[in-house]
Amino acid sequence: MMSTMEDAQPLVQVTGATVRFRSDTALDGVDFRMFAGEVHSLMGENGAGKSTLIKALTGALALDAGEVRLGGEVVRFATPHDAHLAGISTVYQEIDLLPNLTVAENIALGREPRNRVGAIDWAATRRLAHDALAALGLEIDPASVLGTHPLAVQQLVAIARAISTDVKVLVLDEPTSSLDFDEVAELFRVIRELKARGVAILFVSHFLDQVYEICDRITVLRNGRLVGEYLTTELLRIDLVQKMLGRSAAALAERQTFDAPDDDSSVTLSARGVTVLPGIADADVDLVEGEVLGVAGLLGSGRTKLARALTGVDRLEAGIIRIDGQERRLSSPRRALSLGVVYSSENRRTEGLIGELSVLENITLALQAQRGVLRRIRSARQRELAASWVEALDIRPPDLDRPVASLSGGNQQKVLLARLLALSPRVIVLDEPTRGIDVGAKVEIQNLVGELADNGLSVVFISAELEEVLRVGTRVAILQDGRVVDVVPSEGLTTDSLLAMVARSEGDEA
Amino acid sequence: MTSTQTVLTGELRAVTRPHRFMARHASWIPVFAAVGILVAMVVGAQLYFGKFLTPRLVSSILLDNSYLLILAVGMTFVILTGGIDLSVGAVMSFTGMMGASLLRQGLPSSVVAPTMLATGALIGLGVGVLVQYFDVQPFIASLAGMFLARGLGFVVSLNSIKVTDRPILWLQGTRLQAGSGWYITPTGIIALLVVLVGAGLLAYTRFGRTVYAVGGNEQSARLMGLPVARTKLLAYVVSGTCAGLAGVIFTAYTGAAYPLNGIGTELDTIAAVVIGGTLLTGGSGFVVGSMIGVFVYGMIKTIINFLGVDQSWTRITIGALLLLFVVVQRLIVARSARRR
Repeated sequence: MMSTMEDAQPLVQVTGATVRFRSDTALDGVDFRMFAGEVHSLMGENGAGKSTLIKALTGALALDAGEVRLGGEVVRFATPHDAHLAGISTVYQEIDLLPNLTVAENIALGREPRNRVGAIDWAATRRLAHDALAALGLEIDPASVLGTHPLAVQQLVAIARAISTDVKVLVLDEPTSSLDFDEVAELFRVIRELKARGVAILFVSHFLDQVYEICDRITVLRNGRLVGEYLTTELLRIDLVQKMLGRSAAALAERQTFDAPDDDSSVTLSARGVTVLPGIADADVDLVEGEVLGVAGLLGSGRTKLARALTGVDRLEAGIIRIDGQERRLSSPRRALSLGVVYSSENRRTEGLIGELSVLENITLALQAQRGVLRRIRSARQRELAASWVEALDIRPPDLDRPVASLSGGNQQKVLLARLLALSPRVIVLDEPTRGIDVGAKVEIQNLVGELADNGLSVVFISAELEEVLRVGTRVAILQDGRVVDVVPSEGLTTDSLLAMVARSEGDEA
Repeated sequence: MTSTQTVLTGELRAVTRPHRFMARHASWIPVFAAVGILVAMVVGAQLYFGKFLTPRLVSSILLDNSYLLILAVGMTFVILTGGIDLSVGAVMSFTGMMGASLLRQGLPSSVVAPTMLATGALIGLGVGVLVQYFDVQPFIASLAGMFLARGLGFVVSLNSIKVTDRPILWLQGTRLQAGSGWYITPTGIIALLVVLVGAGLLAYTRFGRTVYAVGGNEQSARLMGLPVARTKLLAYVVSGTCAGLAGVIFTAYTGAAYPLNGIGTELDTIAAVVIGGTLLTGGSGFVVGSMIGVFVYGMIKTIINFLGVDQSWTRITIGALLLLFVVVQRLIVARSARRR
């Protein structure tokens, strides 16, 4: 099948694509092609030019040089809607549908069937939606309001909308970032169905496993330039990562182990019977000074709930928390902070950083808030402080006055870490600190977490990626359906054995 | 087909009927709540006063509030987009003043009434342009519109202008009897027609659906290729036109125009719309709900009248109801956000 594709004319052919933002060149003479009936992955670190290329392809951004051909003809789209009409549809990471309208409307909006007087024919609209959903093997009530469905269903509706026109190219930008295992399987079934229909699918994801499971071909970008195009079957993972990073793979593969805490080191935080319903029930957790406790669990197992319960964000319904052996009530994040317990949210954009403010302001924000408005930190001192953190965490570019929103995901995460560390905490709870950041930055954050623990901090490290939980955690707490079912040393565990533990209850019947 | 597929569809098939009803019609719940309050008020008043609900009384509630009903329909469009229009009371007053003055100069009402509507539409367009193209907050843009219209009203005249034009007075004076005390005036018919047209526009046209889309998520609506700018502009034009029409109706209702008319009416209108179940954040609500809201407002006024206490109690009751509704809305929104 692959060999015949080589002979066929590509459906999408981008040549010499160049996009400049003022002095920066985001995309530099990139060639890219897609064939009908293939799933193609675009890989690269953040800042490699993936999203710029997608935007250029889907009409959200104009090319400064180069051209896009669709089915052999040169096309130029002024808006994403133009691209959609021409057969290039996009489903974005954040679902861009309207939760207040019905499933049928979300699919048909803008081209609802109308009757003779020009009024919308609702029966026909629902039929159209029903057919579009049925074509994907989905049975969702078209008359129901979209917002009443779980995110996974909304994502599938977004795809139904995208393909309900005569779609030739479907772009899926991080479609699986908020889906759990079963939902991903469902999405992949839909993708395979579309592929069989001859749709070219561009699948962008940070999850290598998924890329290797679903994609036929991979195009790698680095620093706005094309590295190469490969068949998935002919590209080893380790080579892929190396091509993305442009660094020696050996350095990455080497597993850096962190010092295990001394046996006599004390328990800093000890939680017993912690319950916040719905979400977490009767959880026992002990944090030892200088250790990283990994938390592993499926989506919905209560990972975030546990983090919020331990850090005073959510009030406990039952259970006690002891800090240094003394029973404490963490009634608010502020109270937790005064006891040295800090929380880094998984939504760093909405619940953490303030994008318009500078790196400096974001770092000193919490420290200033802790001291109160009346005891202002002198600005020279603020700069000194922020600069030291920027240096210590290697935040790039090292420009204190740059708005945080203009930094890459990995560096934003570091700024958030710097803010929390500036408070000199004893316990730090990190909820998905590496979500949505590229491989290189992930490794940096992981190493950073290890160093923090070596310096005597107790760290709770929550992640959906089992591999990194194992890598970073000295011990791993296994969460299932809101319960901490086990805490095991990470030594000797593999991703597969951990997955088996995490999924045990659900896998019983299988 | 495959086993993975059943994970999703099997779950959905198991959805029970009440769930299915909620999934389809959750946004009607606040309207039902408003109807419930209306019924409770009527029943309560009936029990308390003995003989309260008569055909005469119901007919007079429509007559007395037809201008408010028209304003509420226009306001519903704007609030559904996530905006607000504070200019409607002043625009109603100004178009009334302008109309009355033109009539006094001898122009026929067949020219004057359309001019009043067009003036309202023009002010609405101005507010819409400020909101859409100059990115001014709807609150500020319509506040500017309100001051402009209020000022222009005073420019026309500082005193009341009496209206003697027959067709205009006919709108109010004609009581079409329907037996046993039921009656309706042309103003009432016009108001009900506006409700009908408004509801039809929102439910059965692409413009109407785009209004909901914009209120749901403007960014998404734009990405879906919907004409967001045109729709927002049109929503304010609809509201302005309704304010112009309300100017005609209110002039007929009072038989005169006065530059201090309609002060605070915009707030009564917003209250009626919110009580009728339209979310102030936009994207959810119905013209029919706003009509119920206006009737609730009218009913409170009537009951206060019956009680013989001071009319300031109308405002207090409306305020309390409004508070209740906004809190209930917040709870609904918070609950659905938590479910996700």
